[in-house]
Order: sequence, then structure tokens, then C-alpha cells
Amino acid sequence: MSKSKKTKVSAGLSIRARKAVAYIVLVILSILCLFWFYVLFVNATRTHADIQSGFSAVPGGNFWNNWTNLVTGSQPILSGMINSILVSSLCALFSTYFSAMTAYAIHVYNFKGKKFMFTFILAIMMIPSQVTALGFIQFMDKLHLVNTFVPLIVPTIAAPVTFYYMKQYMESTLPLSIIEAARIDGSGEFRTFNKIVIPLMKPAIAVQAIFTFVSSWNNYFMPALILKQEKIKTLPILIAQLRSADWLKFDMGQVYMMIAFSIFPVIIVYICLSKYIVQGVALGSVKG
Amino acid sequence: MKDSRNTGQGKSKVVKYNKWGYIFLAPFVIVYVTFQVVPLFSTIYNSFFENFRSGLIQIGPNWVGLENYKKIFSTPELMQYTKNTLIMWIIGFVPQIIVSLMLGQWFSDVRLKLRCSGFFKTVIYLPNLIMASAFSMLFFALFSDVGPVNGMLMSMGVIDEPFRFFASVGATRGLVGLMNFLMWFGNTTILLMAGIMGIDVSLFEAAEVDGANSWKRFTRITLPLLKPILIYVIITSMIGGIQMFDVPQILTNGKGTPADSATTLIMYLNRHLFSKNYGMGGALSVFLFIITAILSLVIYAIMYRKRDKN
Repeated sequence: MSKSKKTKVSAGLSIRARKAVAYIVLVILSILCLFWFYVLFVNATRTHADIQSGFSAVPGGNFWNNWTNLVTGSQPILSGMINSILVSSLCALFSTYFSAMTAYAIHVYNFKGKKFMFTFILAIMMIPSQVTALGFIQFMDKLHLVNTFVPLIVPTIAAPVTFYYMKQYMESTLPLSIIEAARIDGSGEFRTFNKIVIPLMKPAIAVQAIFTFVSSWNNYFMPALILKQEKIKTLPILIAQLRSADWLKFDMGQVYMMIAFSIFPVIIVYICLSKYIVQGVALGSVKG
Repeated sequence: MKDSRNTGQGKSKVVKYNKWGYIFLAPFVIVYVTFQVVPLFSTIYNSFFENFRSGLIQIGPNWVGLENYKKIFSTPELMQYTKNTLIMWIIGFVPQIIVSLMLGQWFSDVRLKLRCSGFFKTVIYLPNLIMASAFSMLFFALFSDVGPVNGMLMSMGVIDEPFRFFASVGATRGLVGLMNFLMWFGNTTILLMAGIMGIDVSLFEAAEVDGANSWKRFTRITLPLLKPILIYVIITSMIGGIQMFDVPQILTNGKGTPADSATTLIMYLNRHLFSKNYGMGGALSVFLFIITAILSLVIYAIMYRKRDKN
């Protein structure tokens, strides 16, 4: 009797001990994740002289000055922001709409080659676009599409990962009887897709729109090879230019402000939508 | 439409609708063929030609067969950059998988009942969404010779004079690994957590009745049952590792300094693309394509097996 009581107590203790260890590790990791962004925020609010004089944990009062200096400075930061928003939004729109369409084709219709297409899309899902970049750039050059946004936006119509997520979502939430019912009511196939299926897919579209927007927002490799004119460059290219400039002569307040300017919009959107995003990551994994 | 309903022939109706499958599939196929398949074949085609600029003189394109492949495998660069990429991937991946397994286990343990787990998940996933180039620029500013990290270390008395992080091979590779770790461990944690939660709870209960402690339960039940997801995570991370570009490129200003020790395979490809050496770039692309295609096939095999089982 007493023996079993003892083991129970030790089990209880070990759970408490494990809990304490878990909390300590989680807090350390959270600090490790957030520390850099906190320093970024603090330094973006301080003057160049302050930053050079050493680290401070308290924000300074130079936020507005750094901002105006940055906007009126040599880097086309505002046009960079507008270009980034434009490209990322259109990518999100094209990628989600057409991926839903592709998933709809595979989910609803039975046609020759359907199984092959599905297998093919799954097989190529992980092949990175960098390995075909050479032919891609040459081809865009021939079509005179270099220095336009077309090579960055149109290819997102064929997005295997987004397609796969949409297909999974349709399997769990889109019964074929709804489509049958729409047909009996005389709705055409395109109308059914646009007016009935797309609204039903809204949660999946929202999650994938965020992911596509963010990955396009952060994309550096391809835009750097396509966009050479100053006024159409996106933010990551401007960051790279900042790095290759003789940055020690720069006003560090401005440098930090520019990094903050590229990072914080995403953080704010993330804080608002984090619940859906974290769920989306888990759902998008290979659950088969 | 009315006609087919009146005749009531189910089969003809199905056939009539099924042509729409092709119509809805068309945008994907057209775009994929135009922007992926055609460039892939022209990349392969390019790899058989000598085609580069030497100063102001354009050389080629001349057919050289497999010369570019011979050249790329006989020069030390490919070996060196493959090694760099592998080392930096391992520095980021090993702590990532250990920490993610641990966190995944804790988050899914009902008896541990961690509070604020939603908050912690949100925080650890955050770095994944940050622009890698901006994150890298931030690290460069923070760890520079006059940056805040050196300032802090000096004021705490750890070092007397600034440590030059970007002049040290170990520190540069370590920082790239650290950034990769920070950007990806949250994502991996969520994937592994979903996997662990899919395991039948009664297995753990039975093991507990038999007297298995938490470590035994982890190594004998969780790990073996998690194997497919672990393989998936390892291979997708390897494919991601091969694509490593933004972080080392910005951190070292595209130079891979010190002494080319941080140049990755894609940075090497990027150099060829910028200098328009399409022959060598093509051969390198084909090499990378073959590696990623093999890795993709392994993932496909895992996923396909899982789908069949269900």
C-alpha cells in the first residue's frame, strides 16, 4: 500500500519536474526567437550616435526621424514596398484561385489521365524552382519579359503545394452532392465553381493566400535575376543592395529602420492571424 | 442540359461533364509546361554547350558534349561548396530535430498540461515567416565588429576587444546554422506534434501499466511510429538545405567569405547566372536537379504508401 503511494508521489514529482524543465526550455527558446527583433525595434528608434555608443534595452525617441530619413534617402524604399505588395498580392490571388481550380478538376471529374496528373503533381511537388532558373531566365529574356512582374506572378498559377492543400481540404469538406444539386438547378460548371465552390473553400484559400503572400514577399533569388531596373525592384533586392553598399558609412538608425520596415508588416499580420497560420501548417503536412 | 436530364442516361451525363475536367486542369498544365518543363529542357540543353563571356568577347555557344560536366566535377569548387552546404545544413538541422522532437512531445503530452502552449507555438513559428534576406542583414548588423552583440559581450567583460564574427569560418557557418535553426524549428515542431498526436493513446497507457518510464515510451513507441514523418522532415529539410541561398548570400555579401567557406551550391549557381556562363550553370543545374529529384521520389514513396494504406 505504502509502496504504491510512494511511486505515485514520485510520478507526480517527476511530472512537476518535467513541467518545470519544459517551461524553462520554452522560455529560453522564446527569448532566442524574439531577442533579435527586440534589438531591431530598439535600434530602429535610436540615432546613429546612440547606436554606435553601445547597446540599450530601452527604445529611443528617434523613430520618426529615422523614418523620414529613410523615405527621403537614396534607396527607393516606398516604390520597393509598393512593388512587393503588388507582386505578393497578385501571386496570392493567382496561386489560390487556380490551385483551387486544379484541385476541383481532380476532385470532381473523372477523365482519362486524371490519376497520372495527380501522381505527377505529387511527384514534382518538392523540386525547387532554382534548378530550372537558367532556362527560365533565358526564356523570359526571349519573350522580353525581363524587368516586368509577369515572370514572378504567372508561374504561381501552377503551385503544386497549394494544390495539394486544396485537394486535401476538398476531400474533407466538399461533398459531390452539392455540385450535383447545383447542376440540377441548371448552374453551369464555371458558375458552380465560382459561386458555390470558391465560397466554401474560403478558409483554405485564406490560409494558402497568407503562405503564398509571405513566400513571395520574402523571395529574393528569382526577383534579383529578373528585376534590374531601380524603380521596379522589390524589398529583398533593396536589402541586398544595402548590404553590398559601403554600409559602415550609413546612418545605422536608417539601416535598422529599413530592416524593420521589411520585417514588421509581416509580424503584425502574423500576430493577427497566427491561430489560422499555425493550424494551417499542421493541416498541410503529410497526413495522407 | 435539359435534354440529358430528360433522357436520364447517367453515363452520357457523366461523360458530358467530364470534359470540364480538362478545361479546369488547363491553366495548371499550360503554365507548368511553359514555365517549368520548357525551362528544364532548355537548361539541360544548355549544359552541352560552351557559352560564356570572357571580358567583352562572347564565346560560344559551341557544342562540347559532356565537357561542362567533366569540368565541373574535376574542379575543386563543386566539392568545396557541397561540403559547405552540408556543414551549414547539419549545424542547423541537428539541434532543430532534437529540439523539435522534445517540444512536439511536450506539446502533445496531455498529462503535462502546458499552459500558454498556443503562445509558445506562435512565438517559435514566427521566425519562419521573416524575410530571410532581412533577417540575415539584421544578423550582419548585430554581429558586426561595432554591433550590439560585441558591445554587450564587452560590457559584460566576456571579451576585451570585438570578436570579428565574419572573419572566422566557424562563427560565420555557425551563424548561418543558427539562423536556419531559428527559422525552421517551429515549423518542424508543429509537423512532429501533429504526427505524435496521431499515435493511439492506448499504446502509451499500456506501456505505462507495464512500467515503462517516459524515456522508454518515447524511444520504444513514439520514435518507431513517427518514422515516416521523421523521414519526411529530414528529406524536405535536405531539399531546403540544398536551396540554401538568401542567408549566406546576404550575410557574406555574395562572396562566401571567409575564404569561400560559406559559399553554397545555389550561390555558386547564382554566380554563373549573373556572369552568364550558361554552359557551366546548366551542368550545375542538372546536377542539382538529379539530387533533388531523387530526394523527391523518396518523399513521394512515403506519401504514396501512406495514401494507399488509408
